[in-house]
Amino acid sequence: MSAPAKTSADPAVAGEQRGTRRRRQKGIAGNTLWFWVFVGPFVLGLLIFSYLPILWSLVLSFFEAYNTATPSKFVGLQNYVDMLTDRNFLSSLGTFTIFAVFIVPLTFVLSLALALLVNQVKVARAFFRSVFFLPTACSYVVASLIWKLSIFNGVRFGLANTVLGWFGIENIAWLSTVDPPWYWLPLVTVRLWLQLGFYMILFIAGLQRISPTLYEAAYVDGAKPGWQVFRYITLPQLRATSVAVLILNLIAAYQAFDEFYNLVGNVNYARPPLVYLYGISLGSIQDLGHGSAGALILAVIIMLVTLLQNRIFGFGKAGD
Amino acid sequence: MAVTERTTGTPQPIGFRQSPWGRVGTVLRWIALFIAVVLFLLPFYLILRNALSTEADITAPTWTLFPKDLQWGNIPELFNDTQVPMARAMYNSAVVGVLGTAGQLLLASMAGYGLARIPYRHADKIFYAIVATLMIPGAVTFIPSFIVVSSLGWVSSLRGLIIPTLFSGFAAFLFRQYFLGFPRELEEAARVDGAGHFGVFWRIVVPNSLPFFAALAAITFIGNWNSFLWPLVIGQDSSSWTIQVALSTFITAQTINIHELFMAVAVSILPLVLIFAFLQRYLIQGVTQSGIKD
Repeated sequence: MSAPAKTSADPAVAGEQRGTRRRRQKGIAGNTLWFWVFVGPFVLGLLIFSYLPILWSLVLSFFEAYNTATPSKFVGLQNYVDMLTDRNFLSSLGTFTIFAVFIVPLTFVLSLALALLVNQVKVARAFFRSVFFLPTACSYVVASLIWKLSIFNGVRFGLANTVLGWFGIENIAWLSTVDPPWYWLPLVTVRLWLQLGFYMILFIAGLQRISPTLYEAAYVDGAKPGWQVFRYITLPQLRATSVAVLILNLIAAYQAFDEFYNLVGNVNYARPPLVYLYGISLGSIQDLGHGSAGALILAVIIMLVTLLQNRIFGFGKAGD
Repeated sequence: MAVTERTTGTPQPIGFRQSPWGRVGTVLRWIALFIAVVLFLLPFYLILRNALSTEADITAPTWTLFPKDLQWGNIPELFNDTQVPMARAMYNSAVVGVLGTAGQLLLASMAGYGLARIPYRHADKIFYAIVATLMIPGAVTFIPSFIVVSSLGWVSSLRGLIIPTLFSGFAAFLFRQYFLGFPRELEEAARVDGAGHFGVFWRIVVPNSLPFFAALAAITFIGNWNSFLWPLVIGQDSSSWTIQVALSTFITAQTINIHELFMAVAVSILPLVLIFAFLQRYLIQGVTQSGIKD
């Protein structure tokens, strides 16, 4: 905006004045044009691949739509009622809740512990950071494969069973025993292995932003090194990071799909919502009406949980 | 590490000063670190061990730390197996990874720059419309997106795999925040020399922002390479499988050889290990940027 105005400002000729206004107007129109050149392609894509799908899905959720993406018969709220009374859908939400109860606190505590450990090391710090961060390079598919075919293989040559065998414990069929539910151990550990490094990096960044003078002040005031300093200096200073870690982690847990799909498949005992929705909308009967309704219910739940969490933890303060 | 060294009063990086228990604490911390390192590296070792073993070695009744002898022949065996479209899947993943990353960065950086730097009356509204899409959890939109992509006729095609993933509101948001902080002086100098928005963007802003681009590129490429749900939904025909979909298909298949599967895994993580080796610094930058500001 300032460019045309600036160049025309110095010659004080009367004829030039009119030219300035014209140029300025052209400048504004030019700005509008250039704004859309820069932002337009992105916004167009967002309309087609984000807004349109959601609207279409909303429409479809009020219709019967088997094997077709075109609404066939209007059913009102019936799809929603069906989904909210569907035992399988409700139990998938239960599966998620159990999963979150395991994964969120464990990830929080362990990634913070790793960050503290790595930050304290004086030699080869980069090496340790890299080792813990490296699993981020693996996909859930790859990790599931190692977990299912090697570590938690239910037969004799599975690594976990080999180790248990040293203590005289019988083979455990990890991923197919429903009672007791041993499948949680592979499901939780695979995610821990994959994501701890990521959250550790966030915590390390947070730790490095804490001013050393705070610790000095604490020692001068007689705070005991160790737990006291951690409790009253480190932890409060990590507030923004902690909130980010909790929220990111919970949302990621809600969207669990890859490891459940690959480790246990579409089974009714350990099936998170996305695996169930994938099954109904893209399985043998492509029931896109119910699928859309379920997806929207899930989206609303996630948004509510996020907002609630923001409220409780004061995410507004996380910026500073 | 001796306690006497601490007389200078230099603060510890984190604030644990050594108490009388300090030495014991240090030893315990090193033990914890050592155990953690072993646990984190173990799965990588298992990939290598199984990838270079014979089938019999993997399924032997007693598990051994080392295979009897290394089977380098497993590599050609994997790529010659006609039942396993591994070369095709690697190619698809490479195309999706590279084009998807380049496209996403191009679109998001231009949008971010326009929003941050080109004055326009409704820029705020557009920005809110973009930010609003961040509220909708990514994974639950796979059904609606599938509906749109299938009515475009893009199922089982590279277009269907790549194009819908290009428009990341989050990347546009990050770029806008970054460009808001970009020094104006550099741009003004170019503008005085007669450059337009496009010239300023391409010749001044982009070349001076390469570390930021590298950070987001590393993150985006890894995300694209490892993504599973969307390629699974779209790749209904084996010619459009990405490496992740191919691997997943073979986990549940009965006929695949386990050693071949592990060799496939080893091959599939190679590009990412290279990225880690060379772009670690940018990658960590990208993680902190995309994690904290979420």
